Amino acid sequence: MTEDYKIRASHLNFYYGNAQALYDISINIKPSRVTALIGPSGCGKSTFLRCLNRMNDLIPISRVEGEIMLDNININDPSVDVVMLRRRVGMVFQKPNPFPKSIFENVAYGLKVNGVKDKAFIERRVEESLKKAALWDEVKDRIHQSALMLSGGQQQRLCIARAMAVEPEVLLMDEPASALDPIATQKIEDLIGELKQYYTIIIVTHNMQQAARVSDMTAFFYMGKLIEMDETDTLFTRPGLKQTEDYITGRFG
Amino acid sequence: MTDEKTIIESSFDRVYRKRRLIQKSLFLLFRLAALINCAGLFLVVSFIALKGYKAISWEFLTQPPIDSMTKGGILPCIVGTLCLGIGSIIVALPIGVASAIYLNEYASPGRFLRLIRLGISNLAGVPSVVFGLFGFAFFVVYLKMGESILAGVLTLASLTLPVIIGSTEEALKSVPDTYREASLALGATRWQTIYRVVLPAALPGTLTGAILGLSRAAGETAPIMFTAAVFFTPGLPGSVFDKIMAMPYHIYVLATAGTNIEATRPLQYGTALLLIAMVLGMNLVAIIWRSVLRKRMK
Repeated sequence: MTEDYKIRASHLNFYYGNAQALYDISINIKPSRVTALIGPSGCGKSTFLRCLNRMNDLIPISRVEGEIMLDNININDPSVDVVMLRRRVGMVFQKPNPFPKSIFENVAYGLKVNGVKDKAFIERRVEESLKKAALWDEVKDRIHQSALMLSGGQQQRLCIARAMAVEPEVLLMDEPASALDPIATQKIEDLIGELKQYYTIIIVTHNMQQAARVSDMTAFFYMGKLIEMDETDTLFTRPGLKQTEDYITGRFG
Repeated sequence: MTDEKTIIESSFDRVYRKRRLIQKSLFLLFRLAALINCAGLFLVVSFIALKGYKAISWEFLTQPPIDSMTKGGILPCIVGTLCLGIGSIIVALPIGVASAIYLNEYASPGRFLRLIRLGISNLAGVPSVVFGLFGFAFFVVYLKMGESILAGVLTLASLTLPVIIGSTEEALKSVPDTYREASLALGATRWQTIYRVVLPAALPGTLTGAILGLSRAAGETAPIMFTAAVFFTPGLPGSVFDKIMAMPYHIYVLATAGTNIEATRPLQYGTALLLIAMVLGMNLVAIIWRSVLRKRMK
């Protein structure tokens, strides 16, 4: 049975200077699903995530080998414009990082830098994005106030709305709930469940219950290698490898 | 058992007292050092204020000097200092901010970058009289600007550049990388990121640098004495190629080379007081502006 994949990484190696951080990663990501990347700190899951929108380009000494295909383009090909890539592959970071601007300006930012001038369109899209992020009702009366007045959980949902406003196809989430309290975390997790109908979501998480709750597929990374990837239900109930089992049952890591 | 306990407790007690004493006396020393600073400023300002306040009058602010500088006001000096200060910021701010952006946001680390930084920090350490001589040799003579506002402005701009670059770079560094990442991840280019996110967040710090540069430029004598300032001009400057009077140079001339040094003493103090007031005023404006900007960001 052939299946369409949104992202196909093959034989990916990644280096920070001389230190190799990823070893021969091959992974296929299905569209409109949530894929969780789990593993202990320093296992390379965040590094891998940041390969997918080439955020690692910002690190001068980094180097990547292998191939990452988004649909049918190789994202590391010199002809690919990294700015266009990042519009298609959005990202939500570990710590909420709204700009010191108003709520409206935060969500409108991505549209504006991508050249959208139509004010009515921007306003409509800001509202839609905030609604999708389940934040609209909480902020609709103070949309022109500073985003820094919001609570941490609201800020993170704002960041999700901001990422969605440019209509990416893929949404990368780097431990999006690790800086939040349980209630805010719950809201983010509910949101992820809602959003997967629109986007291909890849989420890095330290929290195994979270991975089990939100994801369809789970990939286990260890020491820069992809150890095992499977349907989340299967991986958590009948892991194929002893190493995976040890990690998910909390015996190490 | 009890013996050991008392031994420990008594030695703890002894050491505790000693440590407390050391801490208290050291903090006292630090406080004293800080106070000496304030006292110095207070002494200078109050001395000048006491000696100079009598000279300040409406006439002093709005009239040119008369009777061989012994009477009248210092209007041309005020205008000259404003021209030089503001002019040098207009020249130095864009270049300084652009340099800082290049150094902090674009340049990749390496020998070239280290060399530029070395140059800038050395420039900051060059005595102001050397800038004056450079300005004279380069702007006045070689570029044939003559002694003029333009030559003075450019000389002062070279002097304030390192100050502006330094404080702008600090301001850029204090902008969290998470802002840059967020912007780039939304498909913004590096320039859009700098222009729309990084610079606005760095604006308060940049502004502080600009005002510090401005007040330094306004107070300098040596860089302008060969390049722009003269003892006396009959009227206000009409173009950037005119020579001008300036407050610091005016004080210097009156105090050292005037026709009647003793008779002009009150004028000297009055000018000094006004210069200090102007510089403090500019700093105050910067502080208020900065806090307004910060508040708007929150």
